[in-house]
Amino acid sequence: MTEVAQYVVNGISLGALYALLALGVGLIFGVMNLVNFAQGAYIMLAGYVLFFTIEAPWAVVIPLVVVAGVVIALVTERIAFRPLRGADGSTRMVASFALAFLAQSIVVAIEGSAPKAIPIWSLMSESIVVLDVRIPVLDLITIGASTCLLTGLWLFLTRTRTGLAMRAAAEDFEMLRLLGGRADRVIAVAFAISGVLAAIAAVLLFSKTAVVDPTAGTNPVLIAFVATVIGGLGSILGAALGGFSLGVLTTALQATLPAGLSSYRDAFVFGIVIALLVFRPQGLLGDRAEAQRAV
Amino acid sequence: MQGAEAGVAAARLDLRGEAGRLLGRAPLVLALTAGLVVICLLVQAYGSDDLKTTTITMLINLIMVVGLYTFIGNSGVLSFGHAGFMAIGAYASALLTIPIVTKSVLLPDLPPFLADAAFAPVPAALTAAAAAAVLAAVIGIPIVRLAGIQAAIATFSFLAIVQVVLSNWTELTRGQMTMTGIPLSIDVIAPMLWAVVAIGIAYAYKQSRSGFRLRATREDELSARSLGISVGRERFVALLVSAFLVGIAGYLYARLVGSFSPQNFYLEITFITLAMLIIGGRNSLAGAIVGPVAVSVLLELLRRGEDGSFIATIPNGSRDIVFGALTLAVLVLRPDGLMGRRFG
Repeated sequence: MTEVAQYVVNGISLGALYALLALGVGLIFGVMNLVNFAQGAYIMLAGYVLFFTIEAPWAVVIPLVVVAGVVIALVTERIAFRPLRGADGSTRMVASFALAFLAQSIVVAIEGSAPKAIPIWSLMSESIVVLDVRIPVLDLITIGASTCLLTGLWLFLTRTRTGLAMRAAAEDFEMLRLLGGRADRVIAVAFAISGVLAAIAAVLLFSKTAVVDPTAGTNPVLIAFVATVIGGLGSILGAALGGFSLGVLTTALQATLPAGLSSYRDAFVFGIVIALLVFRPQGLLGDRAEAQRAV
Repeated sequence: MQGAEAGVAAARLDLRGEAGRLLGRAPLVLALTAGLVVICLLVQAYGSDDLKTTTITMLINLIMVVGLYTFIGNSGVLSFGHAGFMAIGAYASALLTIPIVTKSVLLPDLPPFLADAAFAPVPAALTAAAAAAVLAAVIGIPIVRLAGIQAAIATFSFLAIVQVVLSNWTELTRGQMTMTGIPLSIDVIAPMLWAVVAIGIAYAYKQSRSGFRLRATREDELSARSLGISVGRERFVALLVSAFLVGIAGYLYARLVGSFSPQNFYLEITFITLAMLIIGGRNSLAGAIVGPVAVSVLLELLRRGEDGSFIATIPNGSRDIVFGALTLAVLVLRPDGLMGRRFG
């Protein structure tokens, strides 16, 4: 029983982190049909900012990391995605791949490819015990931060004018422009938000792993894609749900696969992803029309 | 407009004879192939071992890109999974060509039919490529039903599965450890001939009925369907041909690079070859030849710049930075690639 509860906590916490990763990717996809591999670069670069500033008090570090995430996201939007706005979906996808590669090469050239240890705050590695279940503080922070960001994003999208414009852009970008929506601004804001999400995800992720290296953003962004597609393209809530489901699924397979097969866990996860794409290409929450329009 | 193009492409199926289709617009591809052969022969005759290795790597990438083109270019569906087929080609040829004695040391737990296998180069290449095609036939069943972003994620998922299986099936692959012991050869001629064969196969597919139908679905899926074209079936055929070609690239990688582990067939090669295809122009076979050659020449110049062969030495690591920046620049300035869409 205790063991089950332990897995439930792990699953929820991993799901919350994945949901956060997926939100950033899902938002950009929803607004401009862009599959943004560069989200991984935002996470990795935010990780390096964390590494350089970690000695400072956390109330200084976190805002710095967030600002860095926003700036990086806005720069990529300006230099690559704005000029490519009319281009074909796969061209833009490869452009985002190129950005990620470029960011990685720059970091390798400056800092080398060796992993850097981040002496993360001690609070992050402590845990509390409730009814025999050991709950890491980091898990609680992860769940809390994801819930807050998801709620905040939800309020922003439903309660503000820019949020409304953003949902309109997700629905029909051309129509938004025709009606006089400020398309450049909407997209820039979406990128800024994805930068914030990447930065917070980076803080949580690197608190967990305690190291950062130039490829540290790759796996998170891949997870984010898979989660976004599972959840349903174009649906921001779907992205969060997809991320959460993927985290829970991963933990569940970890817990239930027999010992000989557990190293094949990810193969099962990706196998389920392919099956889901075939039988429900619109994802858990997406609608079919949106899925067909995509890319 | 797109509907009209699809109609024209489909109409050509009936208007032109088999021979006329096969010759089609051969001159450009033929000229590029001839140019490639001349370069390779010059390198073989006068080049240093270093330059030969670079040329061989270029040829392997070229075959991979031609394979990618066969599926991506004709169908318009992006695939992130082809490095998986390359991996199968490489591992299969390792299992078939490592000398039996070496194999019993490196891979003691092989099943007998693999442990005793000793194939000559050409049969090994064909078997390895066929293995990749068989895998494509299995994975193709779900993949061809998808397009756009779903196809991209599904093919990537396939690549991730291949990674996990290769890294864990230690009896067959040595897992994360490096696979070695494959008889090496530094010879430009064999990969050059394979490249010519690969271009020939890609060209024949492109000019075939299936190729025309598939490009019609790329231009306008709905119009193509309305003409009775089965999108899934044509994509499936293209995927098999394309996996076969990429399998050959995997065979050559095993034979000419010699040692590798699953990571060699993951994201980096996927990105580099996709970038080569897009830089060349993903809708034309000519682009699939020009892209890898242009990128390889550039990378080699940068490498020489880094190790000080030129007057001014450029700092280490700038090679990747320039490559990334250049890919981005080409994409922004010429989204349809160097060869554009003209020759599609």
